[in-house]
Amino acid sequence: MRALTPALALETAAPATGAVAPAFVWALARDMRIAFRSRAELGVQVLFYVIVVTLFPLSTAPERGLLAALGPGVLWVAALLASLLSLPRLFAADFADGTLEQMALSPWSLPAIVSGKIAAHWLTSGVPVVVLAPLLGMQYALDASALSTLTLGLLLGTPILSLLGAIGAALTLGLRGGGALLALLVLPLTVPVLIFGAGAVDAVRAGLGAGANFSLLAAGLLIALVGAPLAAAAAVRIALD
Amino acid sequence: MALNLFRYASPASFYPAAQRMARWFAVAAAVFAVAGLWVGLIKAPTDATQGDSYRIIFIHVPAAWMSMFIYLVMALWSALALGYNTRLSSMMAQALAPTGALMTFVALVTGAFWGRPTWGTYWAWDARMTSELILLFLYFGVIALRNAIDDPRRADRACAVLTIVGAVNIPIIYFSVKWWNTLHQGATISMTAAPKMASIMLTGLVLMSLAAWAYSIAAALARVTSVIIERERGALWLSQLPEMRRSVAA
Amino acid sequence: MLEAHDLAGARGHARLFHGVAFRVDAGRALAVTGANGSGKTTLLRMLAGLTAPAAGSIRFNGAPMSPFDPRLREAVVFSGHLPALKDELTALENLESLSTLAGASVSRAQLVEALDRVALSRRQMLPARVLSQGQRRRIGLARLRVLRKPLWILDEPATALDHDGTALFGAMLAEHLEGGGAAVVATHQPIDLPPGRMATLAIDACAP
Repeated sequence: MRALTPALALETAAPATGAVAPAFVWALARDMRIAFRSRAELGVQVLFYVIVVTLFPLSTAPERGLLAALGPGVLWVAALLASLLSLPRLFAADFADGTLEQMALSPWSLPAIVSGKIAAHWLTSGVPVVVLAPLLGMQYALDASALSTLTLGLLLGTPILSLLGAIGAALTLGLRGGGALLALLVLPLTVPVLIFGAGAVDAVRAGLGAGANFSLLAAGLLIALVGAPLAAAAAVRIALD
Repeated sequence: MALNLFRYASPASFYPAAQRMARWFAVAAAVFAVAGLWVGLIKAPTDATQGDSYRIIFIHVPAAWMSMFIYLVMALWSALALGYNTRLSSMMAQALAPTGALMTFVALVTGAFWGRPTWGTYWAWDARMTSELILLFLYFGVIALRNAIDDPRRADRACAVLTIVGAVNIPIIYFSVKWWNTLHQGATISMTAAPKMASIMLTGLVLMSLAAWAYSIAAALARVTSVIIERERGALWLSQLPEMRRSVAA
Repeated sequence: MLEAHDLAGARGHARLFHGVAFRVDAGRALAVTGANGSGKTTLLRMLAGLTAPAAGSIRFNGAPMSPFDPRLREAVVFSGHLPALKDELTALENLESLSTLAGASVSRAQLVEALDRVALSRRQMLPARVLSQGQRRRIGLARLRVLRKPLWILDEPATALDHDGTALFGAMLAEHLEGGGAAVVATHQPIDLPPGRMATLAIDACAP
C-alpha cells in the first residue's frame, strides 16, 4: 500500500486557515458578479426607494416649510426600508443552494467572508441610496448645505444599516415570516443611526454644525465593522446547525 | 460555590428547587407589595406640586428598573448558554423574556398615566420613555425569534446572540435618544424628575422595588418549570415526578 | 484519520441514532447505509463539523474535534445534498469559485482539465441554471478532483448520476483511497471497491 502521496498533501501555498483578505475579496467579487447578472432585481430596489420618497409629499400637504422639516427624516426612513427590503437576499440564496454551507466549512475566516458579502450588499443597495439622495432631497426643498449634510450622513450610515441588517438576516435564515421578523429585529437597533443621521441636518440648519453627529456615526461605523461580521458569522453557523 | 451551582445545571435537579423557590419568592413578593402599597398609597404624604397623581411612581419606577435589569440578566444567561452550552441557561433566558416584556409594558403604561395629569399629555417623546419603548421592541424581537424557530437548540443559540447584540446596543440607543431629546425638548419636561423625596416615599419605592424583584424571580422560576417540562418531555426523570404520575393515573 | 465514539444524533426532539462508533484510516472508506430519514445526513454533517453531536465524541487525527474545527476545515471536502452551485455562474466559474473558497490555488488549465475528465468540457461556459441534475453532480466530482483534500465526506454523491457517472465516481474514489485518502460516503447504491478497503455502517441498526 502506498503511503500518503504528495498529490494528497495539503496545499503548499500559505496556510489558508483564518485568511482574511482573500476571503473578503472572494466574497465581494463573487456577490457583485452574481448581482450584476440579475440586474433587474437591483433596479427594483432602487425604484422602491425613489417611490417611497416621492409618495410622502403626495400624501401630505406639500407646503414648503413642512416638507423641508420632514425631508431628512423621510429620506432616512426610506433608506432604512430600502435596506431592509434587500437584506433577505444577503444570505438566503446561498443558504438555499448549499453554498453558504461550503463557506462555513472553508478554511477561511467566516467573518471575513461575511464582511465581503455585506460590502457587496452595501454597494448594490446603500450606494444608490446615497447617490440619489441629493436629487430626491430637492423634492423636499432642501438647500445645498442640508443636501450635502444629508448625503454625507447617509454615506456613513448606510454601511451601518447593512452591517446591523446582516445580523438580522443571518438570524432569520430559512424562517417563516422572514421579512417582517427581520424588520422587527433590526429596526430597533438602527434607531441611533437614524437619530444622528437625520439630526445632522437639523444641527446644520440650527447653525450648530454636524461635526458631533458625524463623529458619532463614524464611531458607530467602526464598532459595527468589527462587531457585526462576528455576530453575523456566529448566527450563520447557528442557522446551519 | 461554583461546584454547588453546577450541580443544579441539569434540568432534572433544578426543577424541584425551582418549584420551591418560586413559591417562596411569590410569598415574599406579596408581602413586599402589600407593605409598599400601604406606604405609598396611604402613609406617604400628598405631594405639594403634583398632588396624589405622583403615587403612580411606586409602580412605574420599580417596573422600569426591573425591565432593564431583567434584560441584563437575560444577556448574562445568554452569554453562559453560548459559552458553556448548558440547556438550563437558555431555559432561564427564555423564561425571563416575557416577564421583562411585561415590566416594560407596565412601565410604559404607568408612565403615560403619570404624564396625563402632570403634563397634560399621555405621551411626550421623553428620552427614558422612548428608550423604554425601544426596549419593548427588543423584548418582542427575542420572543418572536424564539417562536419562529422550531429546533430548540437553534432557538436557544439564535436568541442568545440576539439578546447579547441588543444588550450591547441598549446604552447606545439610550444615549442617542437622550441626545435627540435634549435637542428637541430642552430641559422643560423630564418625566423621571420624581418629586423631592421625603424619606417615607423612598421607603415606599424600596419596598415596591423589592416586590417587583421578588415577583420577577417567582414568575421566571415558575415559567422555567413549564419550559423544562415542555423541553424535557420524554426524559425518564420527568415521567417519575409525582405530579406526572398522578395525572397519568387520573 | 477519523474516529467516532458513542455518537448520538437527534433532529429537534426526535432521536435518530445512538452508540455509533467507527474508525476510518487513510486508504479506507466507510459506507453509511440506511433508509431515508434514518440519520445518514445528520451523521455526515456531524463528521464534517457542521453540527455538534447530541452525545459522544469525534476525533480527527487523534485529537478531539469540535464543530467548525479549523484542522478539519483544512482537510475535508464535504458534499451535501445540494450541489452548492450558483445558477448565475458558469460551470467553470462555479468550479473556480468553490476551489478558491477551499483555499486551493488552481490554474485555469487545471479547472478545464477537471471538467474535461467529468465530460463537461462542452458545457463549461454555460450558466449552471441550464445544466441537468446529473451535470451539476459532475461539477461536484470535478471539485473533488481539483481539491485533493485527504478526507472526503460525501452525502449520496451518486444521486442523479447516470451509469457512466457512477463508474467515474467509483474510479475517482478508488484512486483517492489508493493515494492514501479516506472517505465517508452515505449511499443507497453499492460502491464497487476492493474488499478490505471499505467498511459499512448500517445506521438503521443504531436507532434508539
